[in-house]
Amino acid sequence: MVTITTVDTLQEAAASSGQGSSLLGGGTLLMRGVNYGDQDVSRIVRLRQPTPLAGISSEGERIRLGAFATMATIMKSGDTAFLHPVARAVGGPAIRNMATVGGNIFAPHPYGDFAVALLVLDARLRMSDGSEMDLDRLLPVRDTETRLVESVSALRPAGDDFRFLKVTRVKPRGASVLSIAAWLPRRAGRVSGARVAFGAMAPTPVRVPEVEAALEGVNLDQNGIERALQSVANNLNPPDDSLASGWYRKAVAPVHLGRLLLGQGTR
Amino acid sequence: MMAKTPVQFSLNGSSAAVFVDDAQNLLDVLRRGVGDLTPKYGCGQGTCGSCTVLIDGEPHLSCLTLAETVEGRSVETTNGLAAGPNLHALQEAFMENFAAQCGYCTPGMLMAAKALLDRTPRPSREEVIEAISGNICRCTGYDPIIDAIMAASGQATRRTG
Repeated sequence: MVTITTVDTLQEAAASSGQGSSLLGGGTLLMRGVNYGDQDVSRIVRLRQPTPLAGISSEGERIRLGAFATMATIMKSGDTAFLHPVARAVGGPAIRNMATVGGNIFAPHPYGDFAVALLVLDARLRMSDGSEMDLDRLLPVRDTETRLVESVSALRPAGDDFRFLKVTRVKPRGASVLSIAAWLPRRAGRVSGARVAFGAMAPTPVRVPEVEAALEGVNLDQNGIERALQSVANNLNPPDDSLASGWYRKAVAPVHLGRLLLGQGTR
Repeated sequence: MMAKTPVQFSLNGSSAAVFVDDAQNLLDVLRRGVGDLTPKYGCGQGTCGSCTVLIDGEPHLSCLTLAETVEGRSVETTNGLAAGPNLHALQEAFMENFAAQCGYCTPGMLMAAKALLDRTPRPSREEVIEAISGNICRCTGYDPIIDAIMAASGQATRRTG
């Protein structure tokens, strides 16, 4: 049996969380678990709506997304134009009206494409206890983290520095075979300070420092990116699932990374 | 004993009041609590779109919507499309363009299409495809559905066969 607790603030939600409790975001993952009798869910904690945590605000060179902001909200905001292709990749219109930023951060493999983009945009989380935490530090421990995410602050990239690609087998919408996000700032045409993250290539979205290092100082042409492509397979160990085997993911990841880096087929 | 929560909402313009069980989804409440059988249970996991309804004018998957979250909100289903004996333009167009075969996806398709046309009365074909991108049809191959939505918006269809 699943019980529902409705609270007014995230702090109340955090205080009433515990073993078997799950915070309801958009419900796209939690409710499917409930529908299928997931025994790990015995209590749903729900924040009374509307909540100010569903908003988006501009903070200089950064953008702040409330944990309850939906993909549809992001697609309607002019401040988040660089994230529109990412939000659009998260399901059809009905899913995007429901799926939240916070939910995406905790979405299990192979979901969580939005978090892949946030990883390369230097995402910093504001937690329910008021503390701050980098997203790449939360992801490895997200299943045991007891604090809740209140909002996410991400850098606003310039020009075509930010790129995102999602590979699916079902068109036009499907879960990821893999997704890739890259932030590629350049100086005099050469990459300086690249960030590259993969989704569905590990238990959680991950950055790959070896790929980033291999891109440092190169031109984004076939010769320049070759070493980065070679290092993908050596540094990722993707899981098997019904969409693709780990072997397949490993085999195709360099191909798709190459297309992303060369500006072919990004969306 | 499982707790019951009273929920009031607008269903197709009329007031609805039901007691819902903890964790009961909106689709279950619409079908078994209110008796509106137009939204369909397909996958129960947000993949097929056959349970699509409009909440405050926007498409949502009723199987993934916690029922008590629609308190005070407006819910629209295919049951509210026709005005008495007069079918909605989308329903007429679905018939004229053979856009339904087994019919299971049709209510979800209609509501996804209604959300689009309410916002964009003359959409492009690409916008139609995007609007129904979360709805699966295993019968028609989609073209008749896309044609029907284009026709309902007063635009010529592209299909020649």
